[in-house]
Amino acid sequence: MSATEKDSLYLQKRAGMLVWVRSGEPLIWANGAAVSISVIAVVGLILLLAVRGFGHFWPNDIMQSGVVYDGRESAQLGVLVEEKQVSGEQLRSAGMTLNGAGPFFNRMLFKQGNRDFLGSDFVWVLEEQLVDSHYPEWAMVVERLEWGNQYGFLHSVTVRGERVAEGEADTQTWQAFQQAIEDSLAVRDEIHRIERKVIGSINHNMEAVRLAERKLELAGNATPGALAELAERRAVLDAEYRVLQQKLAALYDSIQDDYYQIRLVDGRIVDQAIAKVVRATLPNQMSLLQKMGQYLAKLWEFLSTEPREANTEGGVFPAIFGTVMMVLLMSVMVTPFGVVAAVYLREYARQGLVTRTIRIAVNNLAGVPSIVYGVFGLGFFVYIVGGELDTLFFSAALPSPTFGTPGLMWASLTLALLTLPVVIVATEEGLSRIPSAVREGSLALGATRAETLWRVVLPMASPAIMTGLILAVARAAGEVAPLMLVGVVKLAPSLPVDGNYPFVHLDQKFMHLGFHIYDVGFQSPNVEAARPLVYATALLLVIIIALLNFTAVSLRNRLRERYKSLES
Amino acid sequence: MSIQTHAIDMEALGRQPAQGLDDAGLALKVEGLSLFYGGQTQALFDIDLEIPRQRVTAFIGPSGCGKSSLLRCFNRMNDLVDGCRVEGKIMMDDDNIYDRRIDVSALRRRIGMVFQKPNPFPKSIYENVAYGLRIQGINKKRVLDEAVEKSLKSAALWDEVKDRLGDSALGLSGGQQQRLVIARTIAVEPEVVLLDEPASALDPISTLKIEELIYELKSRYTIVIVTHNMQQAARVSDMTAFMYMGKLIEYDSTDQLFTNPGKKQTEDYITGRYG
Repeated sequence: MSATEKDSLYLQKRAGMLVWVRSGEPLIWANGAAVSISVIAVVGLILLLAVRGFGHFWPNDIMQSGVVYDGRESAQLGVLVEEKQVSGEQLRSAGMTLNGAGPFFNRMLFKQGNRDFLGSDFVWVLEEQLVDSHYPEWAMVVERLEWGNQYGFLHSVTVRGERVAEGEADTQTWQAFQQAIEDSLAVRDEIHRIERKVIGSINHNMEAVRLAERKLELAGNATPGALAELAERRAVLDAEYRVLQQKLAALYDSIQDDYYQIRLVDGRIVDQAIAKVVRATLPNQMSLLQKMGQYLAKLWEFLSTEPREANTEGGVFPAIFGTVMMVLLMSVMVTPFGVVAAVYLREYARQGLVTRTIRIAVNNLAGVPSIVYGVFGLGFFVYIVGGELDTLFFSAALPSPTFGTPGLMWASLTLALLTLPVVIVATEEGLSRIPSAVREGSLALGATRAETLWRVVLPMASPAIMTGLILAVARAAGEVAPLMLVGVVKLAPSLPVDGNYPFVHLDQKFMHLGFHIYDVGFQSPNVEAARPLVYATALLLVIIIALLNFTAVSLRNRLRERYKSLES
Repeated sequence: MSIQTHAIDMEALGRQPAQGLDDAGLALKVEGLSLFYGGQTQALFDIDLEIPRQRVTAFIGPSGCGKSSLLRCFNRMNDLVDGCRVEGKIMMDDDNIYDRRIDVSALRRRIGMVFQKPNPFPKSIYENVAYGLRIQGINKKRVLDEAVEKSLKSAALWDEVKDRLGDSALGLSGGQQQRLVIARTIAVEPEVVLLDEPASALDPISTLKIEELIYELKSRYTIVIVTHNMQQAARVSDMTAFMYMGKLIEYDSTDQLFTNPGKKQTEDYITGRYG
């Protein structure tokens, strides 16, 4: 055999398809592509949510223009929200008269506000209909407690029935207006404090007195002495209440006669109560820095305040609070339960047919649709367990239920049940991975099985338990369907934690970001106003789940470092 | 390479001088011990054996001969295996350790065990040694400090770790880990220490240290060691038992067994002709 006939050791220059496939390179490319697509998907999701959601809080400039349609011209003042290319055919078929010939027309969505005067917050206009567009320096946006935003020009300010400033495009009028809003806000804060905190606590005590009375009646101990004592307590509370009531009336009176006049873009001048104003700004005069400040203020408002106007305005704080609270409660419930179950299955139960069956059943439990858990939670926890608890411990409050109604505790418990399989499986996995040498080492020193379990095995399995918990948290925080049945509401009157004994009210209903998204997105009366909030809330939910997960992951990594497995 | 026709050359091994057996009392006495796994498989057949007090007794034999199983009978580690059954007796003083009234935990405190692979707990060095005492409910810091120091010194580890008792035991080298495990075992003051191939996972230097340690320890403890390594058995032990297929073939003083084995099987094994 001559040298030329031998197979060359070198890579062949003209590599065919087969050689390329055999080299494994296509697989590497495919792997790379798959990873890239995943990364792009995640980043894209976050970006979309961020742009659509958090762009909403930016104070956009207010545009004024004339709208010419059918030869008539009307004025319009508002903020451009969205632009879209629409085909002329579609517009004509909708019965519109078009001037331009182009196949496509630019259609713009403006937020014009003034729902109470103009009928709707938003209006679609074709770009070709707009004439004389400009950004008036003194165009003002007023955020109100009711009826949404108002766009227009400040005309005059009246405080306590006395006109303190007048004249449009005037710095003095504007300052007087800001001052009046600030004063009014201070009074409203005080009113809010009295209504929520002080009167809330009086009501709480009144209810306690009523329950005490009812308890005495039920027990047949309603002696005149005891009743008189309760009546006395009630009288004291009543007196306190009357004093507060007068104070409130005075406060309400003090802001009642504050109002401002605003000139709408159609020339109307209308009176508006300052007591309904959240804030007023002149976005067209703002510098970039001021706008950023304004943006952060609005973002903070979104994160820290309660919702208004059927959840389309204001913040989502109660929903954030409810979500986190529920997840924490769920974790506290599911971890010990799941770990104990896993320990029994792995450490104590005889590994036979029964144990195998139980294990399969537990695994299958993880596949049950979550709404089924909701139904179970409602039927078992709320009606049976809750109803029983009510008759045993809260009979004085009946017929109004305490625990026999959906609430925070039942929601957490239902989700704990839902995530239980995950924790059991992960813990079992962890237990099975602990080398038997370590267990034997402990036993050989005279430790019992329980001591070994408690002092060596469980600490070593703790990273696995944390893994289970991380998966459980990820699943529970994103779950909405079962919650609708067992305790989540559109608008909860108060947080489940407050200053009244026993401080944490597990029987109360609560708000949840997931349900909030559903509610704002699908149940809102004002779709255009709600849409950005859907995105913003969704992003917030993602961030909160990520934060909860991140906390758990870093905790697990610390445990892992401490109990890193024994290598031979 | 020529096959040695005679047994191991005891002088060339650098062997520690063996002690006479005449003054030794009896630590453990095995009487007609049989061990069954899962009903059918029999691992040990009718073993009779006497372990002298404060001497080193070695079990040698090919893999699967039952020497580890026999060792694990002494502290009832086989109880952990599902379907394991023991017949016969092991007497410690006047008590049969397979009596139903025996407290296994108490037994294991008196008969400690060191395993083939170092198995420190994922705790600090200090807590590893203190573990057995804490199990017994001893939590006084002064008592623990003393016991930890004493045990680590006995295990010839004190000088290497005294400045980092709070560090994780998993950061030690394999040889150090094994000595830590020995310290952990002797911290509870057992009477008997069982060593299940304690040096098989270690490098030669660490092995040497362990062997020296065994020699030190036998003045206070009865030691039973299972080993694959015949030179090791010859070096450290006073008595040697050769086992084959679950049966005790020959049991004699180490000198006798290695220089003048009584059975053909023993001779074949120690001269390397075992097939």
